[in-house]
Amino acid sequence: MAEDLIDVDESMPTNTVEEYLRMDRMPHIWCPGCGIGTTVNCFAHALEQSNLDLQKVAIVSGIGCTGRVAGYINLDSFHTTHGRAIPFATGLKLANPELKVVVYSGDGDLTAIGGNHFIHAARRNVDMTVILINNFIYGMTGGQVAPTTPLTATASTTPHGNFEDSFNLPYLAESCGAVYVARWTAYHVRHTTKAIKEALAKKGFSFVEILAPCPTLFSRRNKLGDGLDQMKYFKEHSEIKNDIDTKTASLSFQGKITVGKFVDKERPTYLDAMNEYYGKKFGDKFKPYNG
Amino acid sequence: MKADPKGVLTGAIFLDGDHACAEGAIAAGCRFVAGYPITPSTEVVERIADRFPLIGGMFIQMEDEIASSIAIQGAVWGGKKAMTVTSGPGFSLMMEHIGLAAMTEVPCVFVDVQRGGPSTGLPTLPGQGDMMQARWGSHGDYGIIALCPNSPQECFDFTIKAFNLSEQYRVPVLLMMDECVGHMTERVIIPPADQIDLYPRRYYDGPREDFLLFKPDKDLVPPIVKAGDGYKVHVTGLTHDEKGYPAMTVSAQEKLVHRLIDKIKLNADKIVEYKEDQVEGADVVVVSYGITSRVAIPAIEQARLEGMKVGHLRLIVAWPFPEKRIKELAAKVKAFVVPEINYGQMVHEVERHVAGKARVELVGHGGGAVHNPKDIYNVIKNSVKG
Ligand SMILES: Cc1ncc(C[n+]2csc(CCOP(=O)(O)OP(=O)(O)O)c2C)c(N)n1
Ligand code: SF4
Repeated sequence: MAEDLIDVDESMPTNTVEEYLRMDRMPHIWCPGCGIGTTVNCFAHALEQSNLDLQKVAIVSGIGCTGRVAGYINLDSFHTTHGRAIPFATGLKLANPELKVVVYSGDGDLTAIGGNHFIHAARRNVDMTVILINNFIYGMTGGQVAPTTPLTATASTTPHGNFEDSFNLPYLAESCGAVYVARWTAYHVRHTTKAIKEALAKKGFSFVEILAPCPTLFSRRNKLGDGLDQMKYFKEHSEIKNDIDTKTASLSFQGKITVGKFVDKERPTYLDAMNEYYGKKFGDKFKPYNG
Repeated sequence: MKADPKGVLTGAIFLDGDHACAEGAIAAGCRFVAGYPITPSTEVVERIADRFPLIGGMFIQMEDEIASSIAIQGAVWGGKKAMTVTSGPGFSLMMEHIGLAAMTEVPCVFVDVQRGGPSTGLPTLPGQGDMMQARWGSHGDYGIIALCPNSPQECFDFTIKAFNLSEQYRVPVLLMMDECVGHMTERVIIPPADQIDLYPRRYYDGPREDFLLFKPDKDLVPPIVKAGDGYKVHVTGLTHDEKGYPAMTVSAQEKLVHRLIDKIKLNADKIVEYKEDQVEGADVVVVSYGITSRVAIPAIEQARLEGMKVGHLRLIVAWPFPEKRIKELAAKVKAFVVPEINYGQMVHEVERHVAGKARVELVGHGGGAVHNPKDIYNVIKNSVKG
């Protein structure tokens, strides 16, 4: 279909990330100017750069615009239920520890309905990489307030402006025990790619928050322009501050944006802790669990 | 395929139903259990937690039932046989994921040790109030299988059966226990591993280029693969085509959902199971399930002693319901008597298939105890009179 419409220049090199995408599902559903696609591009490049056996990488999403990511990535991919990507991923990982498991979903999905799972997977240090796209809003359902909507911003369910304090997600992730925590924006494609690559290389619960424009529902309603305007804003207002106290990495409406790699540490994963503990407890009778 | 001897505690052991269920799961090859404590089901996961470390199983106490009910589905895609265990309130929380398992055809077992409800109800006391929820609790249309053990022995046997059926039909299978069965202790015979037949998971073994994740075989059930096998599957709870890709059309919905229903409906003769006692020539047939099937026996025996012709049909598989048999009997008997520890659930199904050809009498009970057999006897007696 698409070929009929577009003049394909055969001399053009093919996009190197195509092999990471389900090209047979294109075009995707995201709006023009949406930041989700940009983050997917970063993810694909991160996969390209990390020497992972792609047959052993699985991606799990919940529900939402970001939740659709799993459907476009050419890996074993699971589009589950709203908020529940993390417990699904927990089961998948613990059933088959040789898999690298990535959870890729929205801010509402992972921290509202899925908040409980998020904090517990971080606490247990289940070995997975969580990529959270924060567009400050519920996209798929039409722009309702999210736990990440900044104070005073409007949403369809806070038409007079939001008066609820929002989450500082890096602080939440760190305080629950995540071993890797970074925040970038869809403008910072190279940093984002690097962060995802680092997160993938990490053993344990690694967390990358990526701020992304939702021009259709967040920017427009809040008179912030289109996707490009949002990217410009990210560019101009971001301050890279690595290794800071995540407590200070909060976000405000149209204020400065703190980005960077905040946490990078080691801690036994759920499986390592279990194997070590039972190894001591049962001695030779215990064979380490490898799935 | 036979059970792995490593997990099978062959012999005659005194076990309560919950522990017997745990042993059944282990014998069935279940090596992934996720759960969240709730009376009266907790002993199942306690035994699993105790037994799994030395037999290579993974037990995880999740943060809630919602997490448990989807963690097991991740585990199935990771290649494990998996189960979760709960009671009414947790069962309610799991409903969305019973739908997901039905939609994505994940073979897994949900155990519900029923207690009195609604809401927190009677945590330590019996009920049978989740039977309709088992059939219809998740949104949308789908087929399901539910089994009703009435003894610790059956908790063991039916847990194995639940796993076998779930593998055979790629559906979530529900083991509908109740507090009495879960907590009663009786002798359980655990056969040697080589006498326990297991239905092996049907992995795809056709040519790679022909692979379609949801392309059914003749019996309407598609073979499965697991993550990491290189098929790069896409699995979604959205309506999907045979490849697994979302397909938001009326025709895709019709094709998929119809098959999900048909794979149980058209195979129902193979799945349905019940036990009959003196049903031929009976004036009244008692239809029972779970613990109530045992409580009904003294009532039936008393009535027979007094010369009444009373048959007993006990549901072993509650869903799919033995509708053919009920229809046949409806043409011959005066009445059906349905005792259940609720105020009318399976009785609706009996009524539906009897369709006015005989009387149908509920012997209801709000829960918290089993029936007094006298109450069942009285209804039998009145029904015989016609
Ligand atoms: C149990 C349940 N509740 C509600 C919904 C409706 N729903 C779908 S997506 C969504 C919000 C998604 O927001 P977010 O995670 O921020 O993702 P985005 O669309 O912005 O990428 C909601 C509430 C649902 N699918 N399931
Ligand atoms: S609604 Fe917002 S988040 Fe969803 S695709 Fe459109 S721009 Fe992206």
